[in-house]
Amino acid sequence: MKYIDDFRDGTLAQSLARQLVAEARPDRQYRLMEFCGGHTHTIFRYGIPDLLPTTIRMVHGPGCPVCVLPIGRLDMAIDLSRDHAVTLCTYGDMMRVPGSRRRSLLKAKAEGADIRLVYSARDSLALAEAHPDRQVVFFAIGFETTTPPTAAVLRAAKSRGVRNFSVFCNHVLTPAAMDAILDVQADDPAQAVQIDGFLGPAHVSIVIGSQAYERFAGPLGKPVVISGFEPLDVMHSILMLVRQLNEGRADVENQYTRAVDRWGNRTAQALMEEVFVLRPAFEWRGLGTIPTSALALSEPYSDFDAERRFTMTYRMAPENKACACPSILRGLARPTDCRLFGRQCTPQTPLGSCMVSDEGACAAYYKYGRTRQPAAAAA
Amino acid sequence: MSATATSRNQVFTSGVVEMAHGSGGRLMAELIERLFVPAFANPVLTGQEDQAVLALPPGRLVVSTDSYVVSPLFFPGGNIGDLAVHGTVNDVAMAGARPLYLTAGFIIEEGFPLPDLERIVRTMARAAAAAKVGIVTGDTKVVEKGKGDGVFINTTGLGVVDDGIAPSATRARPGDAILVSGPIGDHGVAILSKRSGLSFETDIVSDTAALHGLVARMVAAVPDVHCLRDPTRGGLSAVLNEIAQASRVGMRLTEVSLPVRPAVLGACELLGLDVLHIANEGKLVAMCAAADADRLLGAMRTDPHGAEAAIIGTVVEDPECFVELETRFGGTRIVDWIAGEQLPRIC
Repeated sequence: MKYIDDFRDGTLAQSLARQLVAEARPDRQYRLMEFCGGHTHTIFRYGIPDLLPTTIRMVHGPGCPVCVLPIGRLDMAIDLSRDHAVTLCTYGDMMRVPGSRRRSLLKAKAEGADIRLVYSARDSLALAEAHPDRQVVFFAIGFETTTPPTAAVLRAAKSRGVRNFSVFCNHVLTPAAMDAILDVQADDPAQAVQIDGFLGPAHVSIVIGSQAYERFAGPLGKPVVISGFEPLDVMHSILMLVRQLNEGRADVENQYTRAVDRWGNRTAQALMEEVFVLRPAFEWRGLGTIPTSALALSEPYSDFDAERRFTMTYRMAPENKACACPSILRGLARPTDCRLFGRQCTPQTPLGSCMVSDEGACAAYYKYGRTRQPAAAAA
Repeated sequence: MSATATSRNQVFTSGVVEMAHGSGGRLMAELIERLFVPAFANPVLTGQEDQAVLALPPGRLVVSTDSYVVSPLFFPGGNIGDLAVHGTVNDVAMAGARPLYLTAGFIIEEGFPLPDLERIVRTMARAAAAAKVGIVTGDTKVVEKGKGDGVFINTTGLGVVDDGIAPSATRARPGDAILVSGPIGDHGVAILSKRSGLSFETDIVSDTAALHGLVARMVAAVPDVHCLRDPTRGGLSAVLNEIAQASRVGMRLTEVSLPVRPAVLGACELLGLDVLHIANEGKLVAMCAAADADRLLGAMRTDPHGAEAAIIGTVVEDPECFVELETRFGGTRIVDWIAGEQLPRIC
């Protein structure tokens, strides 16, 4: 565990905690959004809130692929698996997300639909090649981290002429979601949490590079610190954000220098450019419809587009009215503010997507910190 | 026994299980006479009766039953055969009891290779003999191809416990020490490493083992041991939460004291799993009064299955019955039950 334990050292954590206490001003609040669910998970798994001064409040962002997929898109996948007799390949987290009318992929599977859990996009192409008699569809979700692997698999499928493979594409873009959060904050402050700075994504930034966030910086902008996923990375990045705010700066800084540079992975970017095009608009759970925030298959790859092959159509589906996922995804509410949290809605019986994935804020609260964050503490 | 010895005595070198093997006819009789009876050789099991008549020593009777559906059937460190013996022997032993007898029910899928069945049965026999537990009665059914998944095995265990020994999930008390018998997570990671679509290279083998020898040493040293449990499905977190709920107490663990092999931690890291949720098949958790803790730990460490035992935490008062972990990093988090199926068919 060399190279991992180094980033989880308790002594270093204590010294960072002391520095934060020394440098965080007592006369102001630091409202910092960790965009990624991966960071939310780290924060709770390692008990980081115990180590922060009370003036620092972490606001949980929408960076959880399972959480932001709107119910309507999940319904499309469920219908596809039931009505077209395809083999639907999906990542595990998606299985238990509740769709419309209390349906889920897990229930569809129990009722006989052929739904397979895969660990990578490549597994689904391999399945298609092993079963040429089946139509195999990969249910692609995720931010820029999981997009290049989907692109690589599509390119392989095209070059090998795999006719029975297609992709139901739901890939979304991080900077567009950050734009949306800041737009709401500017347009309608009552509907938005005030954010003083962003803890920028780790793995996403390896692909897109730190320059992708530069438009958020500057005198009218917000500081962004790209942070690794280990707990010391997170503590260190929080300290870097506090320092920027104390100095009145709003720069893009990179704490995760061991993996992220300014330009990102150009090979991956070129691959994405070849295989995907921007959708004019895409609905996000919680954030509403955001222009140019998601990807569809490009014209040369349109034969592999499951939406075309099976003439799938999108219908908006209503949210469970009592579920606070939409406000939680905007950082407006905390999981403990939701009246379903920990009562009707638990990881065993999730009513909203934020309770399903390990990266969801509700699941992180429930799993690791539900006694630590009493509802009254929500600001 | 070595693999060569097994193959020399191999009865079935080819062939598959047919529907007739479970039909009650000649083929079934042949399977029982040629395979099961000689393998499980003991005076009670003759193959001629539908039941076993058993003599029981004094004490209270302990019974436990479990069904085994592990996939894959053969995994690093064992197969479904020894798992079916160890799992049930351990469930009986966790009452502080001496396991004496086992029953074995087989549900076999048509077309299952007879040599594989023989390998499983011989492994079971070896595990039972090593544990000094007799397999005294059994049953065989065959289901059509596609209606099973190779072999499912049910075993029921019988044992006796002496008066004055009464470990129970309801007996954890604030102040009690929490002990674990060795490194956690080996079985789950060994199985996972062989799952289709997920295979990875690891030296980790299943920890499948019978623990009644260890339990005997423990109850001899500390007859008033409060709780004994084997953390199988759901891992350590499930067992600790069950006991916390049953005893209406909370628990406080320290991450630095948890024994885990580096390779298991590495695999969990890679796959995004929490080692506290990973199944074990040869470990136990014990709770006892703080004053007895060192004596219990000492007794555990004299047994090969408890050589790496450790004290991992304390039982505390908590009306909400939370199990909490002090992280290596310096914070505190909840240790929750696993939600849904992290790893289906692990045992």
